[in-house]
Amino acid sequence: MTALALPAGRAPRQSVSRDDLVKRGLMVAISLYLVLSLAAPLYVMLSKSLSTYRFDLTQFEFQVSDETATVWSKPKTAAALNAELSALAPEDLRAGSDSRLATTKFFKDFSFRSPVKYRMRGTVEDARWLVGSAPGGGTEWQEFDSNSFRRIMLRPTQSFGLDNFVAYFSTPSLSISIRNSALMATISTAITIAVAFGLAYALNRSRMSFKGLFRLVTVIPILVPSLLPGIALVYLFGNQGLLKPIMMGYSIYGPIGIVIGSVFFTLPHAFLIISTALSVADARHYEAATSLRASKWRTFWTVTVPGARFGLISAAFVVFTLVITDFGLPKVIGGQYNMLAVDIYKQVIGQQNFEMGAVVSVILLIPAIIAFAVDRIVQRRQVALLSARSVPYQPKPNRRFDMLCLAWCSVVAVFLVGIIGICQLAALVKLWPYDMSLSLKNYAFDLMDGGGWASYANSIRLALLTAFFGTIVVFTGAYMVEKTQGFSAGRSAFHFLAMLPMAVPGMVLGLAYIFFFNNPANPLSPIYGTMTILVICTVTHFYTVSHLTALTALKQMDAEFEPVAASLKQPFQKLFFRVTVPVCLPAILDISIYLFVNAMTTVSAVVFLYSTETQLASVAVLNMDDAGDIAPAAAMGMMIFYTNVVARLIHAGVSGLLLSRTQRWRDR
Amino acid sequence: MKHESISGRVAAPLGDIAMQDAATKPAYLQIDGLWKAFGEFVALRNISLSIREGEFVCFLGPSGCGKTTLLRAIAGLDLQSRGTIHQAGKDISTLPPSQRDYGIVFQSYALFPNLTIEKNIAFGLENTKRPRAEIDNRVKELLALVGLSSQAKKYPAQLSGGQQQRIALARAIAISPGLLLLDEPLSALDAKVRVHLRHEIKELQRKLGVTTIMVTHDQEEALSMADRIVVMNHGVIDQVGTPTEIYRHPKTLFVADFIGETNQFPVRIAGRSKVALDATDLACAPHDLPEGSEATAVIRPVDIIPHGNSTSESIGTPENLIDVKVEKMEFLGAFWRCRLSSARFGGRILIADFSINAVRRLGIEIGGAMQVELPSERVLVFPGNS
Repeated sequence: MTALALPAGRAPRQSVSRDDLVKRGLMVAISLYLVLSLAAPLYVMLSKSLSTYRFDLTQFEFQVSDETATVWSKPKTAAALNAELSALAPEDLRAGSDSRLATTKFFKDFSFRSPVKYRMRGTVEDARWLVGSAPGGGTEWQEFDSNSFRRIMLRPTQSFGLDNFVAYFSTPSLSISIRNSALMATISTAITIAVAFGLAYALNRSRMSFKGLFRLVTVIPILVPSLLPGIALVYLFGNQGLLKPIMMGYSIYGPIGIVIGSVFFTLPHAFLIISTALSVADARHYEAATSLRASKWRTFWTVTVPGARFGLISAAFVVFTLVITDFGLPKVIGGQYNMLAVDIYKQVIGQQNFEMGAVVSVILLIPAIIAFAVDRIVQRRQVALLSARSVPYQPKPNRRFDMLCLAWCSVVAVFLVGIIGICQLAALVKLWPYDMSLSLKNYAFDLMDGGGWASYANSIRLALLTAFFGTIVVFTGAYMVEKTQGFSAGRSAFHFLAMLPMAVPGMVLGLAYIFFFNNPANPLSPIYGTMTILVICTVTHFYTVSHLTALTALKQMDAEFEPVAASLKQPFQKLFFRVTVPVCLPAILDISIYLFVNAMTTVSAVVFLYSTETQLASVAVLNMDDAGDIAPAAAMGMMIFYTNVVARLIHAGVSGLLLSRTQRWRDR
Repeated sequence: MKHESISGRVAAPLGDIAMQDAATKPAYLQIDGLWKAFGEFVALRNISLSIREGEFVCFLGPSGCGKTTLLRAIAGLDLQSRGTIHQAGKDISTLPPSQRDYGIVFQSYALFPNLTIEKNIAFGLENTKRPRAEIDNRVKELLALVGLSSQAKKYPAQLSGGQQQRIALARAIAISPGLLLLDEPLSALDAKVRVHLRHEIKELQRKLGVTTIMVTHDQEEALSMADRIVVMNHGVIDQVGTPTEIYRHPKTLFVADFIGETNQFPVRIAGRSKVALDATDLACAPHDLPEGSEATAVIRPVDIIPHGNSTSESIGTPENLIDVKVEKMEFLGAFWRCRLSSARFGGRILIADFSINAVRRLGIEIGGAMQVELPSERVLVFPGNS
């Protein structure tokens, strides 16, 4: 065989068809969307965390006249004036992006009625100050009478460095949150995984009754904001709690409440992953173990647990990330126990210290990104495990074991239903625990802080818009990634962007949006404070899972459909609407309900972005709880729950109907 | 040629008369100096080929030989790295698939699962500003053509593999393409359906007269269907020829080995039609290899002629008559496959296929001794040995 080498020359390039143009245009549009809604805001936030502000007094120079305004003093810099007066200590010169400093501080005898006049200039080109609210600057001398001069405010200069991080780590009250968050996430993960494994094991490996019912119950926590278990715990174990005595003097406000609440809201996620891992078990391994006379205990540790190990690892990282990035629960039940996500909120909303908020955000990104990376690696391996041919495992009836499983599931179900039940009870009771008679007064949301019933309507609007536009954007984007030829660098960049949101905590995304969109220089700034930004933020926040769902569905479609359609001279959109979309309809409906439910319950990202016109139900829960209206907060939380239940029922109904009509081809 | 009946299981290809007819026409598809590299890996090396209008050509070769890559280059699905392709006189080298003129059937058929059979076939007909009635008629016509008129309202999943295959074919030819590309169209079917469909596709192609390229790794398929076979190996074309040419006059050892079964012996060239196997001389078909060089002699099992247990039955004085012992016999339905060992061949095993008649007539049985003839014109010699 003569090993001929490719002759020199240029490879021909395919001429671009109209389809290619449309596809590339769409991909560019959706990439642009992800860049603007994710990459750019994160970048701005990152640079914000590295930027520090300081008044540089050497940048400003002054002259003062005598009373007749004819004789002028020698020019002196503000630094020199400050040295004479010792008006400001060095730490007073540390500033934020919005800080300003009155020039009159450097003139001991200043009076705005005096006829004395002042001249001022910058010693460098970028020296900045404000006259009232009008910006000023420049190295030319400018003259002011004393009444104008008192309105002059110096502006700080920006520099880049790790000063903010140094400040963060030298403030123990801030940096302790890292330890707290890690500790809470670790403990909650251990408990959740144990509970979820027991549940998944019982539902997959026993012949107990009521499996369907228990599967339904485990979905409950997905349908409510993560604040809700916090509220329930307050009613159960708080200062006026029904079961306070069993706390034996410990307070529910703090670590105990955070852990219990976290187990509640992360349980469905862990359960789903572990359950999937257990359901693909290979019966042949168990037959082999039995034929080798291995004890049940030994079989469990040598077959069951290793078989589910990827599921367990994956679930652990998902739970860890959920807990460490969650904001709602520790806000409600955390008390004085500082957690990272709440710190961001406190820094930004409480102290308007955006730079420090950005620092905490960057720190919060680190564990989330590690967890995300590990999860991706593990998931990739899990796929390989799944593709092996195996014989499904069929559990055999075993009365004692089945009863044990039923008991365990019942305990978990009582916990889940109990939490929700307490919230509903609290919402309906007049004055817990003194007047337990029922009333609907807690549903009079219009009398409370938080936006009233309008916020509930807003939430539904947000959820519908998110589900509608989100599904279109996500599915189209996934189609472009999966079914486009060539352009591979662009496609992998796009895929990376689509995977990124999973690693970005909601609080971080929300804060990044403030930095990016609340900037008059940004042409997109008009959407700040509107429903649009809430929809964009929510779609982006929940992009990854939706993207993966769409990809999975698309991967199951024959890769030759596109070439066939092209050979038949049909435009790709005809194939897309007549074949791709109908075949993927189940996945598309799943994506839309996922987006709807999450848009109803999410607090973390939108808490920074809502305005008085766009208050949301989930945020109203937070605000009413903050204001002490805990019962109305519970009532609103339950409204979200019921809305999601109804949405899911409608989804099930519509899916059933649509599928029976459009998926007839699935029957043989 | 009296022994041809033994090799009768390889169907005779389309007569050479039709080929000569086609030879006078200009090339319909002209491929010149085509290369394809995937990174470091070169999948196609300097492929040049011309295909005449109405011809049925098979790309045949083992997996990884580049046959599918070549088909995909013709379809515009994987653009070549170098070289040009002309179809009907037009340079299509860089055209996107949608601007080329072909219908294609994939191994998976790629039928749209949510559309009925008739909608699948009509898919390419819509959007062409044809009146609805005309489309319906065309669909009916195509359904009748592939013999599935009664299945029009069914979905692909409700059809058998063979039926799906025919629908994919109907969809591909619905737009009357100038070129029909078939990518391993039969390999997903079971053996019986496959043989049946071979015939049907060939008939259809002849009826429509559409220039057709089929990719296959199944030599029987290629031999029975193609007007011409393009045998490929490691990204190059080893031989292009009619099925009989390829089968009877393979140009390379690879082709000889890949098409049909072979016995191979390392030999040394001893003359223009003589080779030396160990110490023995063997007459062979004429060749141009230099005397004394190493070579491989090849003879097909079907070409070995049985002569019973003594020379008495031989006709005339055959060359290459050797004594063998029957080691093993395997009944394969239409013939017996025998493992023969020969002292003269240094105990080497020779595989021979004998007809049932011959076995009965000559009383061939395991452990028996007999003589076989290796007709010299069927002993082919190729350079080099491994």
